[in-house]
Amino acid sequence: MRITNNRPTVAVHKFTSCDGCQLAILNLEEELLTLAELVEIKQFAEAGILDEHAEVDIAFIEGSITTPREMEHIKKIREQSRYLIAMGACATSGGIQALRNMHDGQAWIDEIYASPQHIESLTTSTPLSDHVRIDLELWGCPVSGRQVTAAIRALLFGVLPKTEHDKVCLECKRSQAVCVMVSRGEPCMGPVTNTGCGALCPQFGRGCYACYGPAENPNPNALANRFEGLGMTADEIARNFLFINNSAPVFHTIGQKYSDRHDE
Amino acid sequence: MSDRTININVPVLARVEGEGALDLRIENGSITDLRLRIFEPPRLFEKFLEGRHYSEVPDIVTRICGICPVAYQMSAVYALEQLFNTEVTPWINAMRRVYYCGEWIESHALHIHLLAAPDFLGFENAPAMAKQFPAEVRRGLRLQGLGNQLIKLFGARSVNPIGVKVGGFHKAPDEATVAALVERLRTALPDAKALIEWLATLDFPQREQAFISVSLRHPLEYPINMHDTTLCSSTGHNIAINVFEYYFKESQVPHSTALHCHLEGKPYLVGPLARLNLNHEQLHDEVKQALADTGFTFPSHNPYHNIIARAAEIYYALLEAVRLLEDYQQPTAAAVEVTPKAGTAYGCTEAPRGTLWHRYEIDDHGIISAARLVPPTSQNQARIEADLHSSLQVLGLDNDETTLRQHAEQVIRNYDPCISCATHFLDLTVTRN
Repeated sequence: MRITNNRPTVAVHKFTSCDGCQLAILNLEEELLTLAELVEIKQFAEAGILDEHAEVDIAFIEGSITTPREMEHIKKIREQSRYLIAMGACATSGGIQALRNMHDGQAWIDEIYASPQHIESLTTSTPLSDHVRIDLELWGCPVSGRQVTAAIRALLFGVLPKTEHDKVCLECKRSQAVCVMVSRGEPCMGPVTNTGCGALCPQFGRGCYACYGPAENPNPNALANRFEGLGMTADEIARNFLFINNSAPVFHTIGQKYSDRHDE
Repeated sequence: MSDRTININVPVLARVEGEGALDLRIENGSITDLRLRIFEPPRLFEKFLEGRHYSEVPDIVTRICGICPVAYQMSAVYALEQLFNTEVTPWINAMRRVYYCGEWIESHALHIHLLAAPDFLGFENAPAMAKQFPAEVRRGLRLQGLGNQLIKLFGARSVNPIGVKVGGFHKAPDEATVAALVERLRTALPDAKALIEWLATLDFPQREQAFISVSLRHPLEYPINMHDTTLCSSTGHNIAINVFEYYFKESQVPHSTALHCHLEGKPYLVGPLARLNLNHEQLHDEVKQALADTGFTFPSHNPYHNIIARAAEIYYALLEAVRLLEDYQQPTAAAVEVTPKAGTAYGCTEAPRGTLWHRYEIDDHGIISAARLVPPTSQNQARIEADLHSSLQVLGLDNDETTLRQHAEQVIRNYDPCISCATHFLDLTVTRN
């Protein structure tokens, strides 16, 4: 699959999210104007460009699926897009709002709304891949501008971009940060988390909280055992896994295990 | 007056943050229905804050809004520290102010250049505007970038920054990094002044309206953070942060997933124009002079002057960041010890878009048992609808639909609504009922 246009077309769509990943584009500064020259942006509501039904070469999707309307909308976008890119934690794992999936979602909604008949919301928050085929996932909460421009650049050359699958630990070592878990006994999700952020948290002297999702071949059980060794309660361990990417299967399974242990 | 019936439906509001729409019905020359419809799906933050440890709050609430994460972090940490009787150092208070200045610069520069200015100059969007105003747009994007750099100095990244904790920061930047950034801030001061001068040349419709302004006030400085501040209005209110709920009440409207907030039954304004109206005398002399030179006087009751207020605050925030950073010394500790205790925590700071109020219930183990967050856009919703009623009448309801639609969109954008924030908040309030 190659993009044959001289100037490929791009769309940015928002689903259930905080708008932060779109900022990865709006914060490109001068590069934003260059990007607007390199590609033809057909849809990007926050930037004032509206053509929701445009057929495009590349569609970036921010946000998770939480309403019946969004379930239908993402299918239409799939049909009209050559490459569909899930951008950020909400789109790739359901985001922090997927915490509702582990509870009685309907009860939450009923508790929250005085007049729930005015609100159309599903009881779950799910990633795009539960609904349509995805060509590329950019993990992160938020994604960085570098990830987005690298993806566009690679697609302009007709290839899918190379995504990093190292663990945060490797990048942390390369940056010569001091390990917070070894030196201070502070919990850190770096051993099971995908890198791409630049190992920011350990460099700021704090533990990673896994906003880039699970790394390749992680060993969450070993990490959870280590957390137990640090004296953490089952509930604290569960909260570490059930956070930004709580519905990513690797994190969900172990988080649920410790969460259940707490309930016993 | 014509006897035609017009339905104007703007299904997706462009150049705003989040998902909103406008429904307008005009019958026999008068508006019979006007609804700023917010359909941003709720994410139920208040529910998943419950059961979390207080130390996790700064990393959770950033996810409410990609564009103003600093504001959410600051309202949260000041709330929790006040409950815990945590005394932060003068260095922490000063650096939090710098950090917040970064967000004002970033958010205001983004709004002026990418969202609002195209309306004033007749462009569909900023890339189109950049073809005719390349220097102005590049200057704006540079200012936005500089704001982001200030956030990164303390937060490592500008969206969902990771450097804040209850009690201070995770890390204090080193002196060389700060010195290099101060140089860049100084260099940008003429840009900020020139921005005010450029915006002053825009065509401002005369739209004087009676409205109440609300913002924090501080005895000595322009209000940003919460220490030593009270909440004030142009109608004489001067109240403590923790009695907010006695004066400000919300009600649900069927067409919005965000609530409408009123001050003793009346709509009111929060945000840059409200802050400037109530705190003009606290601005640096350079900013006052720049405003005086361009002929703007405050208090102003023209909502279009919001864009000037935003530019004035960019200039102020740059000057303030330089002032607070020029003699920077790296401290030995970037945070103080925190000992949690049970109770109710109240916090309030000035987000780029206006007053952001938080309340948390904390149990004996430092776990959140309930939360309520009142963002600026919920507070401005009723004022936006009142403005639309008034502005469209003044414009003339006989205008064609395109003109009415464009005018209505511009009126809404003057308030820089952040719908992602507003929707959150809705959830919280209804929960309490």
